[in-house]
Amino acid sequence: MRTFFALIRRDVTLGIRASGGAALSAAFFALIVVLAPLGLGPDMATLKSASPGLFWIAALLATLLGLERIVQPDVEDGTLDLMRLSPLPLEFVALAKIIAHWLTSGLIITLLAPVLAPLLNLSLDAVPVLALSLLVGTPALSAIGAAAAALGASVQRGGMVLALLALPLNIPFLIFGSTAVAQAQTNTDPTQALTLLGACSLIAVVVGSIAAATSMRLNDD
Amino acid sequence: MQLIGETLAALRGERIVFRNVSFEVAAGEALILHGPNGSGKTTLLRVIAGLLGILTGRLRLLDDDGKTLTDDRRDQAFHFISHQDAIRPQLRVQETLRFHAAILGAPVKNVDAALEYWGLASLATHSAGFLSAGQRRRLSLARLSLQKRKLWLLDEPTIALDAQTRAQLSIMCMEHLSKGGLIVAATHEPFLGDPKSLQLGPRA
Repeated sequence: MRTFFALIRRDVTLGIRASGGAALSAAFFALIVVLAPLGLGPDMATLKSASPGLFWIAALLATLLGLERIVQPDVEDGTLDLMRLSPLPLEFVALAKIIAHWLTSGLIITLLAPVLAPLLNLSLDAVPVLALSLLVGTPALSAIGAAAAALGASVQRGGMVLALLALPLNIPFLIFGSTAVAQAQTNTDPTQALTLLGACSLIAVVVGSIAAATSMRLNDD
Repeated sequence: MQLIGETLAALRGERIVFRNVSFEVAAGEALILHGPNGSGKTTLLRVIAGLLGILTGRLRLLDDDGKTLTDDRRDQAFHFISHQDAIRPQLRVQETLRFHAAILGAPVKNVDAALEYWGLASLATHSAGFLSAGQRRRLSLARLSLQKRKLWLLDEPTIALDAQTRAQLSIMCMEHLSKGGLIVAATHEPFLGDPKSLQLGPRA
């Protein structure tokens, strides 16, 4: 357990201190939301109907940013060897990395979204649902991203390849997440979409941890 | 404890780096790996650490009763100090070693003593990014002081170290051997008076 928390703490520290970490994710998310009205024009009705999708697309793109620092640097500097030899099973190492990545991307986005909601004319009733959908859904984005990043690191090609790998797998979360927010905005009950989002998210975190650990184990073999 | 390798061969990429390598290291013995660049010294150390699979042969790590160690106990039986130092410039020296202690499963209370021993105590709160090559090496070697483990796997342990630290490392290794420890080290330099050596073949 101590090892698990030490890993989270270390990755969060690196995420905050390294350039391209938490601050960049947050700034990127905010920028998309700020720029969207400029591109879509000033029509309030258009913005309102587009905002659930825009928020989720922004979240998805912003979480892609930190993926390269999840596994690749640990492969390069030999930390992965230490992790593979650690008494903590590699699946939990991967889970710690997913949690750390989420704390420095998804969580910040979740906290930022309600503040930015008026910019896209999201109705006030839908704001709690937006925050809840991001809180429930973004861990999956980190998990899928971590699995893709671990795979990318083991074939020694990071960057765009892993972003492309991860994107299609994120589509269900984009659909369920934005649907929930849109439903809340049109006074339909969003419970069903949120439940599906949560269920998929839980599966993604478990499967993502196992997949990332498997890739990390294959590394160098 | 005893380490026995029989007719080992290993692949690196698509190439067989060594074949038919056999050795035996008993308690209190050191095995020094010699050979030109690319002859598979690092590969052999990674094989012993279980980080790389073997193509043929058999590798056994036996405990004091002559029983083969199982996977989970095996990883706890050795220190592996590779030439990669697992140091991030964004972390401070003390944070780095604390993290290493956590990941090894070693007590964190040993960290300060280890920093002291390796002459890094005054740099504890400095960013690890400002360390010199020799100081980075010392920070990696400090893992040896975090927890007692029977087998030390050292890859180029003396590289970039000053004369005083080299002497300190030798003394530490000698003490380790005299307490029944085992060492397998790859190096191009004279180390521990070359007690027992294994020559890996020239580049194929």
